[in-house]
Amino acid sequence: MSKFGFSISQCRQIDYESNSRRIAEYIFENEPSFRLCIECGGCSATCTTGNLTDFSLRELNILIKRGENDKVRRNLNKCMLCGKCSLVCPRGVNTRNIIVMAKKAFQISD
Amino acid sequence: MHFDPFIIPFNIGLYFILLYVVTRSVIWFRDLSRPDKLRLQRGFFGIAFGLSIKEIFMESLIHRKILKTNLRLGFMHMSLAFGWFLLIFFGTVEADIFGTKHLNAPYKAIFFRFFNPDHGRMGFEAAYGFLMDLILAFILSGLLLAVIKRFYSRIVGMRKTTRLKVTDRIALTSLWLIFPSRLLAESFTCGAYGTGSFLTGTLGHWLASFLPAQQMAYPFWWLYSISLGTFFVLLPVTRYMHIPTELFLIFMRNSGIRTGDKSGTYTEVQTYSCSSCGICIDTCQMNYSAGITNMQSAYLMKAIRNNGDVAALAENCLMCGRCDAKCPVGIELSPIRMIRRRAQEAENGIRNIYKGYFRSRQIIIPEKPGLSSNYDFLQEPEPEKADVLFFAGCMTHLTPSIKKSMIKILDASGLNYKFIDEQGGVCCGRPLMLAGQDKEARELINYNSQMIWKTGAHTLVTSCPICYKVFKESYYLDVEVLHHTQFIKMLIDDSSVKLNFIRKKVAYHSPCELGRGSGVFEDPKVVLSHISKLEKTNFEDENSLCCGGSLANIKLSSQNKNRIALDAVNELTRDNPDILATACPLCKKTFARVTGTRVADISELVAEALNTKVINKNCIRQLISVTEPANN
Repeated sequence: MSKFGFSISQCRQIDYESNSRRIAEYIFENEPSFRLCIECGGCSATCTTGNLTDFSLRELNILIKRGENDKVRRNLNKCMLCGKCSLVCPRGVNTRNIIVMAKKAFQISD
Repeated sequence: MHFDPFIIPFNIGLYFILLYVVTRSVIWFRDLSRPDKLRLQRGFFGIAFGLSIKEIFMESLIHRKILKTNLRLGFMHMSLAFGWFLLIFFGTVEADIFGTKHLNAPYKAIFFRFFNPDHGRMGFEAAYGFLMDLILAFILSGLLLAVIKRFYSRIVGMRKTTRLKVTDRIALTSLWLIFPSRLLAESFTCGAYGTGSFLTGTLGHWLASFLPAQQMAYPFWWLYSISLGTFFVLLPVTRYMHIPTELFLIFMRNSGIRTGDKSGTYTEVQTYSCSSCGICIDTCQMNYSAGITNMQSAYLMKAIRNNGDVAALAENCLMCGRCDAKCPVGIELSPIRMIRRRAQEAENGIRNIYKGYFRSRQIIIPEKPGLSSNYDFLQEPEPEKADVLFFAGCMTHLTPSIKKSMIKILDASGLNYKFIDEQGGVCCGRPLMLAGQDKEARELINYNSQMIWKTGAHTLVTSCPICYKVFKESYYLDVEVLHHTQFIKMLIDDSSVKLNFIRKKVAYHSPCELGRGSGVFEDPKVVLSHISKLEKTNFEDENSLCCGGSLANIKLSSQNKNRIALDAVNELTRDNPDILATACPLCKKTFARVTGTRVADISELVAEALNTKVINKNCIRQLISVTEPANN
């Protein structure tokens, strides 16, 4: 199949039974504006790191909320905290604090 | 009479505090780093000693800086500090001249009236008594202000006064009791013997008319002694520790010791020198605009002294440096806050049984070296060679108008320049530093340094003050770092560009990182006055406002940021300027959101004023000569 430019896609089933929402809960508690996010992707479009590598705050937000923490953990440290995302955010989400809080939550849970 | 049991509390307090201060200063001196010890020794035998004596007199006693900013508050502090000093000084002289012998124990001077009740009837003695009464009246007037301030702080022109902890309250009460009890004790004694000057004499005479003065005096002498003793014993665990510590601070500062980036003796001396006067609370825009009143520098110092929750306090700050500029004690508040931010997770406070007394400083464990790089996705930079580099920075990429203007100016300058982050570069590292993540910041700094080094440039121009500060302070580069306002001023100075005059009223907002942060106040204003009608605002230079958008505060919500920006912009546009000029893309973006006035970066205005079409006079003459025959 791959010869024709197709491949077998990974299983995209979200298993809420095995996912842990602890990280999300921690961020909700400490940075309530996390709930305001509408996943518009403005942050990812302007991101300094996203310009250089595969990193998207929008994706991270969705993954944290779903509780798929493994990928979040791998990507979180790529952020440079430059703050462009919080300036473009139409909902006034304090994006930088989400990153800092997520790092802290991972530290606590480790 | 040479002794009475009531002097015991005072003596205990006095000798305790003397012993404590000596021990503490020995510990502090021992913990100093070796270069700092040498600085201190050199300062002791050098000019620093004289300077310190002068500064101690002007600041610790007269409180010159507070008097300058707020007359009533300054008077309150001066009357208590300077008045008390005069009372002790003249009291000692009095005991020395009029006492039975010279060189008395300290208590003889403090309780002089009790041991010499018959003193001061006429002549020189009476005149001296008048002086002592005058000093006491001076202190009491300040005390009255202090008491009113506690309940109604606007009386001394302060919106907020500092909240106190329990020991502070007890110490405050005993401090308040000292002078009224002295007044009453002296008055009763004077009333009984018919002596005393205008204050103690009159009050004593009146009290003696309906009270048994002889019997009433004794309890008040006891009260006087106890309140003095309590105050001295509580001194080390309260904010009043600033009284002895400030003397060390002034001497250390004059000897050339600075905070640096590690916690140490000097940081601790500074922390204890904070008197919680509350001036930082009043200047803080987070208090004024956003109503956040628990994170100001006075509270940070208090939390460090008391082993409180320092991390949360240290984080919640715009780092605009307004309190730094206003602090009457001259504590380097922002560097201390930065030390605390870096120490956040590594901090490990040691609590020992002596609690506040001999608590050794909080030991900060250095962070473990990270196992892997966070930014290993960064490619090895391969830039082209150039003489001048332009680094726009993240924030300038968000404000394309500034970027375009800078390119226009750089093109017009005719320099061999290179726009190094045209395709969106890497962050300068300052935001990570401000968040206390030095290791991560260092990675970005190394990357950018390599890139700059490979171009072989001699000048680096940046249009973001945040980048400018970090390039200037934390990069080890052998290029000249310029903010674009400095660069434009250079171009104007050697007339590389010709600029028109824009007929507009312009108010200038000095960005925190550029102004107070890096000390660039004049260059932007020179550029602006060259191309437009620059008007003064009420917030110039050291007193300039913060736009509220600062990257230093990770915790502040966007609503509060907007509130701060709105208040600041209202103040700056009070005289209705046509344009509000600034030199920072972040300030521009924050202000533009909340105001109808046009907000522009200096580079935009310069690009507008740029005289690109140089009209040749010969060319005009030709045109005229062409049109003339047509008329015929």
